[in-house]
Amino acid sequence: MRRPEWVPAGTDVETPNAARVYDYYLGGSHNFEADRDMARQAMALWPDLPVIMRANRAFLRRAVQHLAALGITRFLDIGSGIPTFGAVHEVARAVHPRARVVYVDMDPIAVAHSRLMLQDDPLSAMVMADMTDTGDLLSRPEVTDLLAPGEPVGVLLVAMLHFVTDAEDPRKIVGALRDAVPPGSHLVLTHASRESRPRQADSLAELYARRTTTPLVMRTRTDVAAFFDGWELLPPGLVWLSEWRPEDPESVGPHPEQMSGLAGVGRRP
Amino acid sequence: MRESPSAVAGPAPDFTDAWSHLLRSGPGLALPPQTLRRVAATTADLLRRALGDRTCDTALAEQAGTLLVEAHFTDPEILAAAVALLQIQPAGPERVPAVAGAFASGWAAALRERTLREQEAIQRAAFRAREDAERARNASEARFRALFEHAAIGIGIADVDGTIVQFNQALRELLGARPEDLWGRRVTELVHPEDAPGVWEAYEDLVRGRRERFQCDKPYYRRDGEVVWTHLTVSLIRDEHGEPRYQVAMVEDITDRYRLQERLRHQATHDPLTGLPNRTAFFERLEGLFEQPPPDARFGLCYVDLDGFKVVNDSLGHETGDQLLTAVAERLDAALAPLGHLVARLGGDEFVVLLEECRGDQEAVAVAKLVLTTLARPFLVGDQQLTIGASVGVLAQRIAATTPGAAVRAADLTLYRSKEAGRGRWTLFDPTHNARAVSRYAISVRLPVALDRGEFFVDYQPLCSLADGSLVAVEALVRWRHPEFGVLGPDEFVGTAEETGLIMPLGRWILERAVGQAAAWVRRYGEAAPQINVNLAVRQIRNPGLVHDVTSILDSTGLEPGRLELEITESAVIGPEDESLRALQAIADAGVSLAVDDFGTGWSNLAYLRDLPVSGLKIAGAFVTDPHRAGTDDPVGWRIVGGLVSLAHALGLTVTAEGVENSQHARRLRSLGCDWGQGWYFGRPMRPERIARWIERGRPD
Ligand SMILES: C[S@@+](CC[C@H](N)C(=O)[O-])C[C@H]1O[C@@H](n2cnc3c(N)ncnc32)[C@H](O)[C@@H]1O
Repeated sequence: MRRPEWVPAGTDVETPNAARVYDYYLGGSHNFEADRDMARQAMALWPDLPVIMRANRAFLRRAVQHLAALGITRFLDIGSGIPTFGAVHEVARAVHPRARVVYVDMDPIAVAHSRLMLQDDPLSAMVMADMTDTGDLLSRPEVTDLLAPGEPVGVLLVAMLHFVTDAEDPRKIVGALRDAVPPGSHLVLTHASRESRPRQADSLAELYARRTTTPLVMRTRTDVAAFFDGWELLPPGLVWLSEWRPEDPESVGPHPEQMSGLAGVGRRP
Repeated sequence: MRESPSAVAGPAPDFTDAWSHLLRSGPGLALPPQTLRRVAATTADLLRRALGDRTCDTALAEQAGTLLVEAHFTDPEILAAAVALLQIQPAGPERVPAVAGAFASGWAAALRERTLREQEAIQRAAFRAREDAERARNASEARFRALFEHAAIGIGIADVDGTIVQFNQALRELLGARPEDLWGRRVTELVHPEDAPGVWEAYEDLVRGRRERFQCDKPYYRRDGEVVWTHLTVSLIRDEHGEPRYQVAMVEDITDRYRLQERLRHQATHDPLTGLPNRTAFFERLEGLFEQPPPDARFGLCYVDLDGFKVVNDSLGHETGDQLLTAVAERLDAALAPLGHLVARLGGDEFVVLLEECRGDQEAVAVAKLVLTTLARPFLVGDQQLTIGASVGVLAQRIAATTPGAAVRAADLTLYRSKEAGRGRWTLFDPTHNARAVSRYAISVRLPVALDRGEFFVDYQPLCSLADGSLVAVEALVRWRHPEFGVLGPDEFVGTAEETGLIMPLGRWILERAVGQAAAWVRRYGEAAPQINVNLAVRQIRNPGLVHDVTSILDSTGLEPGRLELEITESAVIGPEDESLRALQAIADAGVSLAVDDFGTGWSNLAYLRDLPVSGLKIAGAFVTDPHRAGTDDPVGWRIVGGLVSLAHALGLTVTAEGVENSQHARRLRSLGCDWGQGWYFGRPMRPERIARWIERGRPD
């Protein structure tokens, strides 16, 4: 989905957009009627979606906290979406007040919104790029700056890779990112899976394919695990969203597989 | 916040626990536990106070609603659950609904605020995104405009009806046109009489969508009437449905290159001394006649040779000889051109008259007589009166009955007989005589056995670096020790060998011999050994076995391919589609270098140079030495050489100048950037032993 940048693609509010639909699931109002319409349709198919998305967001928060606790102060959040509560720089700065975050997204409205939010923040930047063109992404000045000191970074691909089709070769993309970051860097990843709810997952994928410009690719556990090639998975490994280092055993719930999303954090040796 | 145990009416004792539980289950999931605990505690406290307060301060409940929304509890389910929990608190029948109502209204107002804020934010973001995209687009359009407008190459855009809709400055300048001369003009108005055949057909095909692009060399009239030659590339642009929409023309000014090529062509087809068409031009015309002759068409030839010219040359000097030749040429041309006949100089004191239409022997004989009378009057050369006679061999034949080669040979032979019979006369071709001719054509008879009898040998002519005079390469030149005629050079028998096919074994023999010699030098002298250059005849190139021959000879002698350069003539490759191109490519792929020999004497198509896998160019000696004008500077000739050198360098070719006869030439060529030189100044063809001594001592004997 590479477009020349002068085509104002993605600025029409008539087509639902993954980032804004996701915001609606989370109870936000950063969305337009088309997004809400699509989200309501999705929730009719799969009423758990808001819970799943909150679990995703909660995982993101726990993972960033964990990385910050390990001493990571630089983050590359790819597919960052609409900034809602709990943005990466807020979470990280609770530990390291001078943590730096480079956000990346290809959706122009998400980008514009993030820029408006971040305009007074000298330590964060927003880059508009399509991550499937890793060469382009890695050559952006904001990104090269972030990587320049050779300090480990946290690379976030949260609820993002399932928007990359097999034809775009996501394994190669993740591999290129791995090769670009210094040892000690971490990969934070969540991914939609059809394993626990195949029927809902299929209809949801069909809905995204039909209504958005970012089809949703459900992958198996094996596929997702393969993204961690060359990374060492931190305990507890690749698990359902709420099972990853819960703060409170109760929050895992009796049916973590309901969360239908796989989550993991890997360390580049 | 302490709770008052004495209160009669108020929240149930477990209210705080129930409230925290309620918040933890829903959206609270995504909050950090400390935050969640803090929010739960604060809001529970506010509500407890509202429920227990005597003054019934419902504002506290409203505040709790607001706080919840700020902590992202925006889900309506949370409101329902909260109100349900409040309603079961034992705080009295008026108090409970008032507190629940205040809480709900605080929550709703806050949510409304929040929603409006977020809506405004996202609207702004959408607006900003559109603005950004628009700006990026304008910037890119501006960049594109700048690129288009300042491109060095002319660019024009027309629709498929041929109406010009856009053009850049380079195109305007190239055509010397004002904008109003181009706006709305039709592409089809830009015809020129010299347009290559097929150009406009290609154009039709393009605008109809039958082809995507075409390229050609095309002349245009400038506004001032001058002609500009261009290399034109036209591409079709289709719309999103695949329908032809626009054509884009990229127009490159190649006038200089074209002129240079024209000049080369003129040089190649004209005798520099007399300005008459030369041997090449004559044969081209003659062969043209044979292409599609009407069934009974006849033609005539008068082969003219001056009597006693050698005496004039030897006794009065070359200068006088040249002036005499020029005068003869002028007189012949003046007498015969008006009759529609072609007069050409074949070389030395030999001329030929071609009658492209000829009714029969009589007409040809009449022309021969005219030649003799024209030349009978004395010539004034300097201040001397010179009388020179001529002999003429005459031939008139049906085109269908002969071939160009046979006809010229027959005319030559007839001339020979005429001379034998006494000078100053013409002789008509007699087929019976022709049959048992004893002449130089006896060569063809002897040739086949000569190879078996070991009558050939190879001499080597040095090629030297113009920068420092060092020996860089040698060219292998075959010789024939003819039992009757003595040693013959390649000019005298290679042509015949090509015609008879003997060139195949002979060519292979030369290659073996020369490569073997070069390998021996390398073994003996290592890096100091020169590169070996060997000529390839056209027929050899067309032979499918060539690549194999070359590689197996290299293998068996052990010579590195890079030390062998094969010289081909321009005529060896007809065009980009030619078969031989593949053979040449294979040879180049094997690491052997290729050079174009005698450049400038043939078709001189500069465009083909680009397509050939060659790495060297040898400029024909005629450009460097004009033997008739030794010592004089010919600025046109030098300019051509300069042009060729820079062109060749642009193509990455090493340039060798042939025919370097003196130090002035060498100096001049060096200043023009020419790389190597070959010619008498550096050394004539010599025996291999002398080359060996040269390598040993680093200088010639
Ligand atoms: C569901 S949101 C995830 C937001 C955030 N990472 C989270 O998990 O809370 C996915 C985002 O990925 C972005 N995205 C999808 N494909 C992308 C690509 N190829 N390059 C960059 N961003 C992409 C979408 O525009 C969208 O904003």
